Amino acid sequence: MQLAARIHELTKDYVLKGETVRALRGISLEIPDGDYVAIMGPSGSGKSTLLNLIGCLDRPTSGCLQLGDDDVSSMNDGQLSRIRASRIGFVFQSYNLIPQLNVLENIEVPLYYRGRITRLERSRCRELADLVGLSDRLKHRPQQLSGGQQQRVAIARSLANDPCFILADEPTGNLDTGTTKDILDLLDDFHRAGKTMIIVTHEKEVATRARRIIRLRDGRIDESLVQ
Amino acid sequence: MLWLHTWLIGIKSVLLHPLRSLLTVLGIFIGVASVIWLLAIGAGISQKAQEQIEGLGADNIIVRSVKPAKAPDGSTSFILPYGLLRADYDILVETIPTIRGALPIREMRREVRYGQRELLARVVGCTPEYAAITQLEIDRGHFISDAELQLEKNHCVLASNVVDTLFPYKDPIGRRIYLPEAQDYYKIVGILKYRAPTAAIGGSLAAQDFSQDVYIPITTLRRRLGDTVVVRRGGSREGETVELNQITLQIDGIENVMKTADLVQQTLDRRHSKLEDVVVIVPKELLEQAETTRIMFMVFMGVIAGISLLVGGIGIMNIMLATVMERTREIGVRRALGATRSDIVLQFLIETTVLSVAGGLVGILGGAVCPYAVSGLRNILTSYASDLVSTLPQLVQEVTPILHPTYFALAFLISVVVGILFGVYPAIRAAHMDPIEALRHG
Repeated sequence: MQLAARIHELTKDYVLKGETVRALRGISLEIPDGDYVAIMGPSGSGKSTLLNLIGCLDRPTSGCLQLGDDDVSSMNDGQLSRIRASRIGFVFQSYNLIPQLNVLENIEVPLYYRGRITRLERSRCRELADLVGLSDRLKHRPQQLSGGQQQRVAIARSLANDPCFILADEPTGNLDTGTTKDILDLLDDFHRAGKTMIIVTHEKEVATRARRIIRLRDGRIDESLVQ
Repeated sequence: MLWLHTWLIGIKSVLLHPLRSLLTVLGIFIGVASVIWLLAIGAGISQKAQEQIEGLGADNIIVRSVKPAKAPDGSTSFILPYGLLRADYDILVETIPTIRGALPIREMRREVRYGQRELLARVVGCTPEYAAITQLEIDRGHFISDAELQLEKNHCVLASNVVDTLFPYKDPIGRRIYLPEAQDYYKIVGILKYRAPTAAIGGSLAAQDFSQDVYIPITTLRRRLGDTVVVRRGGSREGETVELNQITLQIDGIENVMKTADLVQQTLDRRHSKLEDVVVIVPKELLEQAETTRIMFMVFMGVIAGISLLVGGIGIMNIMLATVMERTREIGVRRALGATRSDIVLQFLIETTVLSVAGGLVGILGGAVCPYAVSGLRNILTSYASDLVSTLPQLVQEVTPILHPTYFALAFLISVVVGILFGVYPAIRAAHMDPIEALRHG
């Protein structure tokens, strides 16, 4: 099977107030194309650090991280930016929409960092807005939307550049139960459409949707469960 | 990264904080407008000052006859001919193109009388232009006219002191004064206002007292009084023949004065090689003064303009740093969505450019009203605080700002450059934020 990501002996140290924190102490993991992985664990266990490394927002201290055929662990800032622009879609806990842009413009943002925007891509953004159920709110500003609606926009945005990965960091952390279910259903839909999904969460009901649950403890994999 | 998109985002972001953007624009506006004002007022004052210096004769070259130290060898006559010739005048005027005008002058000491009163006056034969060039002001009547010059009229114009001495109680206009040596009468057609003697300026222009002058047409002087003057001294007779005492050459620009002076000197050297009987006087000190004044103004304006733009630039930097701080989260999001560092730099630079261009445009409008504002201010001040105004130097009271299109271009260009320069640091700071830290930012 084609691998979406291959992680080998990955470590990450960072310095916090003069002390070295060893956030990841050697993670090895293979994520097949189209997988649905939930990363769980107590706070400080390194879940977000791992997600940020896979998302090319940061570089590992040591170890190997391969996305598709590319070894991203040795790439420079510009190359990592390009990988993010073309292959990765982020969904954040606090939505992180850009306040001065309306819904449609927010969905289009990732496209601007890839260079040209075709008419086709633009119409795809409208389709995405339609898919997440916001086609009647295209001109609204983020602050005019509810939390659930904002997260839908964020999901649509994460798909705009047609990425391989959707990386979601606590995507339902700020939402109530009903909305959580809607958002998870939406993510399920896109997973079924072929996206590789990696979700960081500490909620059981979120994790149950995943094919595999990885539990981290103190920067190491504690348990890897296939459901 | 798409250009249009980036510009639109820039403008949108600017409009998202109207008050903050307005204040930034205001800073640039003040910078640009003040640069234009300073340039315009500076140019106005500088021009006035230059005019005043020119009025003193900075654009004049004076050629004078001087009595040679010894008579030429072989001369037996007791009458010594020397000095400028009328032919010199013609040659200078015809051959040197930078000469805008030339005044021939012949002057001699003569006794003048009216009734019982008498005075040793300086009789000056001149042309009508003399009054303008030496800045003589007519009190009543008129100065010597072209017709009087042509017709060699026995008309004269009196300086104020002559009037006071000869006509303490009567109106001199229309009366005749008598020159006993020439046994001739001259009708008074004009009298001059009092003019203070000019002080000597440096070593190049001697002090001149105009108060004892009687002006007559130079043609009349030539015909009636002649070129030769004979004086008795200790039993012997001494005489001299001088055609012209002085030629004042007006040059068509201060910058041409030195060059023209060289030419004049060469021309005259050739024609007066036997006797050293002419001297060319250049108002060197005046020229230097004009140049120093100009440079002083430029430096002065430059310094003040620089300071005001620096203040504007610091304003921009301040606002942009605050903007960058406030939008840390947005920067993180954009980086996560694939923006490179240079995309972020560009985005913020575009915002500063939008702000500084807007400020520059408004500043140009603010600069354009300068002349109206200055005259309006002057009117208000003169009607409400005339005492204060009268204590100001003449130059300041009368200044008219001079606007030149290059001032607008310059000020606008500088403002945009300053805006961008001072926007670079905040933009680079934004670009070098750690995306993860930025995303975590409240």
